[in-house]
Amino acid sequence: MSNKMLLSANEAVAYAAYKAGCKVASAYPGTPSTEIFETIARFKDKINADWAVNEKVALEVAIGGSMAGARSLCAMKHVGLNVAMDPLMTYTFIGALGGLVLVVADDPGIHSSQNEQDTRTLARFARVPLFEPSNSQEAFDMIQEAYEVSERYQVPCMVRLTTRTSHTSTVVDLGDDFGPGNVENKPYVKDICKIVSAPVFARPMRYRVQKRTEELRKYSTTETVVNRIEEGDKSLGIITASVAYEYVKEVFGEYAILKLGMSNPFPTDLVRHFCGSVDRVLVVEELDPVMEEQVRAMGLEVVSYETELDMMELNPGRLLALRKELLGDVEIPEATYADKGLPARPPVLCSGCSHRGLFYVLSKLGATVTGDIGCYTLGAFPPLNAMDSVICMGASIGTAFGMEKAGYNKRLCAVIGDSTFFHSGMTGIQNVLYNGGSVTTIVLDNRITGMTGHQVNPGSGKTLAGDVAPVTNIGAVARAMGYKRVESIDAFDIDRLENVLTAELDSDEPSVVIVTGPCRINAGLMQAGTFEVDPEKCKACGGCFKLGCPAIIRGESVADGKRFKAHIDPVQCTGCGFCEQVCKFDAISRIR
Amino acid sequence: METVNITLVGVGGQGILLTSDILAKTAALAGLDVKKSEIHGMAQRGGSVISQVRFGDEVHSPIVHDGASDLMVSFERIEALRWRHLLAPGGKILINNIDLAPITVSSGQQPAVTDLQERLDAEYPEAVFCDAMNIAKELGNQRCMNMVIAGALSNLTPFEEDLWKETMKNRIPAKLLELNLKAFDRGRAATA
Repeated sequence: MSNKMLLSANEAVAYAAYKAGCKVASAYPGTPSTEIFETIARFKDKINADWAVNEKVALEVAIGGSMAGARSLCAMKHVGLNVAMDPLMTYTFIGALGGLVLVVADDPGIHSSQNEQDTRTLARFARVPLFEPSNSQEAFDMIQEAYEVSERYQVPCMVRLTTRTSHTSTVVDLGDDFGPGNVENKPYVKDICKIVSAPVFARPMRYRVQKRTEELRKYSTTETVVNRIEEGDKSLGIITASVAYEYVKEVFGEYAILKLGMSNPFPTDLVRHFCGSVDRVLVVEELDPVMEEQVRAMGLEVVSYETELDMMELNPGRLLALRKELLGDVEIPEATYADKGLPARPPVLCSGCSHRGLFYVLSKLGATVTGDIGCYTLGAFPPLNAMDSVICMGASIGTAFGMEKAGYNKRLCAVIGDSTFFHSGMTGIQNVLYNGGSVTTIVLDNRITGMTGHQVNPGSGKTLAGDVAPVTNIGAVARAMGYKRVESIDAFDIDRLENVLTAELDSDEPSVVIVTGPCRINAGLMQAGTFEVDPEKCKACGGCFKLGCPAIIRGESVADGKRFKAHIDPVQCTGCGFCEQVCKFDAISRIR
Repeated sequence: METVNITLVGVGGQGILLTSDILAKTAALAGLDVKKSEIHGMAQRGGSVISQVRFGDEVHSPIVHDGASDLMVSFERIEALRWRHLLAPGGKILINNIDLAPITVSSGQQPAVTDLQERLDAEYPEAVFCDAMNIAKELGNQRCMNMVIAGALSNLTPFEEDLWKETMKNRIPAKLLELNLKAFDRGRAATA
């Protein structure tokens, strides 16, 4: 009997957590990890799962679950781990009671992130076991193994996915015994020597971590089946892990392979044995040379090569280039490069997006805008050109204040979304106020986490499980902190946006401006109406093109093709009405 | 069987991911090993979208190298040219006969492609074109355009019609199923 399904690794993680008897789960959404918890929500009868306000809190919630003896899960994207490192670095000293598994999804190639970083280095830094599935079946199996390891060695375990594993669906055999795992909570016993990480207790914990790491190294070397040698031509032996293994099988399939499903602690004896059994050793890994440096540090020789593989996403084509360099027995198919003469198709704020009016106004006012992470990052691009910087979650506010302290205060403001504000913007506005800044913080409040695919947050009034939740009012938060200037503006009222922002950007008092308007997709308003341009009245001034709306397209050309009248695509128009407001000639009107 | 590589490209919002999901699940239902890979997130908002489906006896890599796609399905005409480097020499291509102006063109930052059909004809003399949007409009709902394309795609894959329809029944909400099955039939007939 088999019980097969086509699942992404994200979905497989959720199924595995259910089967492993996970009871407590907490996460903050972030591409490519988000679908893990969207899937876990289906198992709400057994798993108490939530969207936390940020990754640090999510991990603390999962740690609390583990401390209380329950199997717990936490998930985030790679940059989320930067936020959650603080609790991780000390819970690794304390060790888990109930199994604790932390899933981190890296984004090699920067498909949907602000940077590229390799979580494996952080797993080593935190001295936690690291599992690296190559496909969804392995994700399903390794999550269950990670729970066993976590409880046996009293250690939080990490499972690293990548965009390519997270978002690839492969066949998974759930097993004919698939169902909710009934694992009893381990009994909680108060024990300050074990759980209070004060210096007096942390010192013995440090010794235990050291000893535990060597015990785990024995496990990764001799016990786990996820570290295995695959026999093959011994003239070349390849050490690989994660999705890179699949590319190696595709391009170097006939050679001997050491496949590391558990790459930390590094199974040194197994690696030494493998290297001794082959003529030459090649390490193929995605992103940093984490394994290669460990092999070299053992004094073993590794094949060097010129092909650039230390950054960005791997693919079979890059390994073909490596094979051509090392073995010279393949030809690279003559590339027919992408047609350079084609117009680019960058992502764009949706037609009817409530963020568009704000960026139109900020652009018009010539504001300096420190930005943040979300759909609204797209406000940086032409034709809106209304964002100067983007760094990390919440950075808009702190960096605006830093610019002000440096003496730069030319119509300076920070722009942040509601979910990002709850994540790490609240501390930022508190800091501006406390330290005497005059920054205007603009919160784009659409009551949902849009970019990652509409996850609920403390402004939404709902939980992950679909239950009613209290709604946090952002203006009330600012006033409670002590802000005197707090304004709330309808995102679709361009005149008022311009009036209020003109006043606030020039004010030397700090302020918080909340721009409210629903995410049009989430609110089901993508067909809420249609506008039309009257070609008789349109003067081809180009004013509405500055909105960057995908529904406003070039119509009839005038002045020998130097200017164009506007035309509204009725299929793409969602009836938001921004264009009607910015038209100086009353040429645009609602027809539906 | 030898691994078959299919790449689906187009513009976010066209229903590409549902189509590739149905293709992948049909391959799985046929008892094959299958991998379906796609990119979500920021790439989705009106931008260029790509999904790859590979099936065969044993599939390793979720993606293929340039010049290795046996079949490409482009949901939009400009995208058919944008991704041409993925298609294998002699590979087949199915093109949805529709143009969606990128924001760079509609806002005047870049010129429109005026000789698109000539370039498509030169690049892909054997291309199969499908008027999926017009068919979907005739059926009264533009949103079933993707299943018209799925019907056309089904002519180019080794799976029986019934297998495709079984997957659609499992995957599409009951109230929309009849419409989508009709769309599938029309796409299949139009390019048979």
